Amino acid sequence: MRNFKAVFKRELKSYFESPVAYVFIVIFLLATSGCTFFISRFFETRAATLDPFFIWHPWLYLFLVPAVGMRLWSEERKSGTIELLFTLPITLGQALAGKFMAAWLFIGIALFLTFPMVLTVAYLGSPDYGIIFSSYLGSFLLAGGFLSVTCLFSAMTKNQVISFVLSVVACFAMLMLGVGVFTDFLNGFLPVWLSEAISAFSFFTHYQGFQRGLIDSRDLVYFVSVIFFMLAANALVLERKKAE
Amino acid sequence: MIAVQSLTRHFGSIKAVDNISFTVNKGEILGFLGPNGAGKSTTMKMITTFLPPTSGTATVGGFDVISQPLEARAKIGYLPESSPSYRDMNVFDFLMFAAEVRGYDGDERLKRVKDIMATCNLKEVAFQQIDTLSKGFRQRVGFAQAFLHDPEYLILDEPTDGLDPNQKQEVRNLIRQMGREKCIILSTHILEEVEAVCSRAIIIGEGKIVADGSPEELRSKSKLHGAITLELIGVDRKDALNSLEKVQWVDRVTDLSSEQSSETATGDDSGKKILKLRMFPMSGHSIAQETARFIHQRNWQVDGFAVEKGDLNEVFYNLTKGAAAR
Ligand SMILES: Nc1ncnc2c1ncn2[C@@H]1O[C@H](COP(=O)(O)OP(=O)(O)OP(=O)(O)O)[C@@H](O)[C@H]1O
Ligand SMILES: [Mg+2]
Repeated sequence: MRNFKAVFKRELKSYFESPVAYVFIVIFLLATSGCTFFISRFFETRAATLDPFFIWHPWLYLFLVPAVGMRLWSEERKSGTIELLFTLPITLGQALAGKFMAAWLFIGIALFLTFPMVLTVAYLGSPDYGIIFSSYLGSFLLAGGFLSVTCLFSAMTKNQVISFVLSVVACFAMLMLGVGVFTDFLNGFLPVWLSEAISAFSFFTHYQGFQRGLIDSRDLVYFVSVIFFMLAANALVLERKKAE
Repeated sequence: MIAVQSLTRHFGSIKAVDNISFTVNKGEILGFLGPNGAGKSTTMKMITTFLPPTSGTATVGGFDVISQPLEARAKIGYLPESSPSYRDMNVFDFLMFAAEVRGYDGDERLKRVKDIMATCNLKEVAFQQIDTLSKGFRQRVGFAQAFLHDPEYLILDEPTDGLDPNQKQEVRNLIRQMGREKCIILSTHILEEVEAVCSRAIIIGEGKIVADGSPEELRSKSKLHGAITLELIGVDRKDALNSLEKVQWVDRVTDLSSEQSSETATGDDSGKKILKLRMFPMSGHSIAQETARFIHQRNWQVDGFAVEKGDLNEVFYNLTKGAAAR
């Protein structure tokens, strides 16, 4: 636990000590509110709901989360600090969890800073706070899912750009599996049970549940298992690649 | 004690480390020598648990690096090659992080960090970002991190690389001083450094140990070892060469001043020129005593008389030139 905390604190601090963190937060806030107000025409819908806000999250995370996570391991490997980290009395699991949680919390903080959105709908009418809460939870879990995928790809290469591109592609695939157009396309030639099974693996499918105000244990289990699975794969990749 | 047992590491078809075994005891300072790519860093990475061996193993203070890596790491202080550190942190934060992972907290942690910053002359840059430090200072940060927990075992990969001459000297003193109660392995390309600090040296070539012994022992493998360099004034060259060759146990005598002297000899026949000779002994014999007696008998005027200890550079070259030629 002490080692986890040490890594966690170091990582989190390093986010806030670099200008990249502030750039990220500003872009995230501008992009979410920009999409909500100008593309979804939030005010014109005249409904006290945050749907037009949350609908954009998967598409923004698609680029922003890999941007946050791309350096996680690739930079350690490139600068050689990984040799330092893994000759300190610290386990792979502690290092992995510390780094992941710090990045996740960082994204969580950016997400938290969108609270003026909530104030706005509260001012406009009387929104369903249950749905808002579950939507935020879903959004946070979705970010965690994307981040775990990014972590994995960041361990595979020393090059941050490659790590970014691969992560975006992989996250895009994980998302698209469940998006309407794609499932319709699959339905065209696959039996329904199969295309449903495929879309059950998608981030999108599970994210939608939260948006409807449902906190379904299956969705929770899904995100938690995706994160665990990706981090376990991450550990295996690191074990093999750390010294290269 | 660090015990390395048939350690082997392949990278694809490259045998970076090929069946290396040795032990290092407390109080020993072992110098690792070898040409570039010999496998020094790879061996150190395996001893520090970073790199899993292809076969063989090592134990550090009784802990196996494969099955008990955390216990082994806790006992080791490691300075990796070119001392990587988190460049976006400042020196103080970085050392505080290392101290925390090493298990210190509260006042103890702060005290450790302050002490080590004083030892490594880092106080003036404590709050400077590591990225902006000069190479030598970054190297010192690496040291500070390695010495922080006063480890029993120190593994230092090219510790004086990038330091100025004063710092080099200081680091050597520090290592020598710590070597009394610790067990240290360091790698270097500076042969004088080995003679200055190491109690023992291992030369590696192409992943194999090609020599293992004290610096004196290694030096004695040199052809020069035990030879006498002689400077005589006003002595006839031919006479000197012929007569010195007959001294007991002398193998051969060469004229070190032959090139220059041939001209000066014809131009100026006063006989007041210096003749520089080198006498090589038959192996395993000392010729100093006999030579001195002989010179005394002939009543030659001597300007210089030196018994050569041998040249590590030459030994190093002869043992590893196979690798260099490849
Ligand atoms: N990650 C790696 N992948 C492939 N080959 C490697 C790797 N690390 C080392 N090698 C190879 O192993 C051999 C030994 O390298 P090592 O770094 O141990 O040499 P060294 O003795 O430390 O050399 P130097 O004096 O230059 O530091 C070299 O041929 C090197 O190319
Ligand atoms: Mg090396």
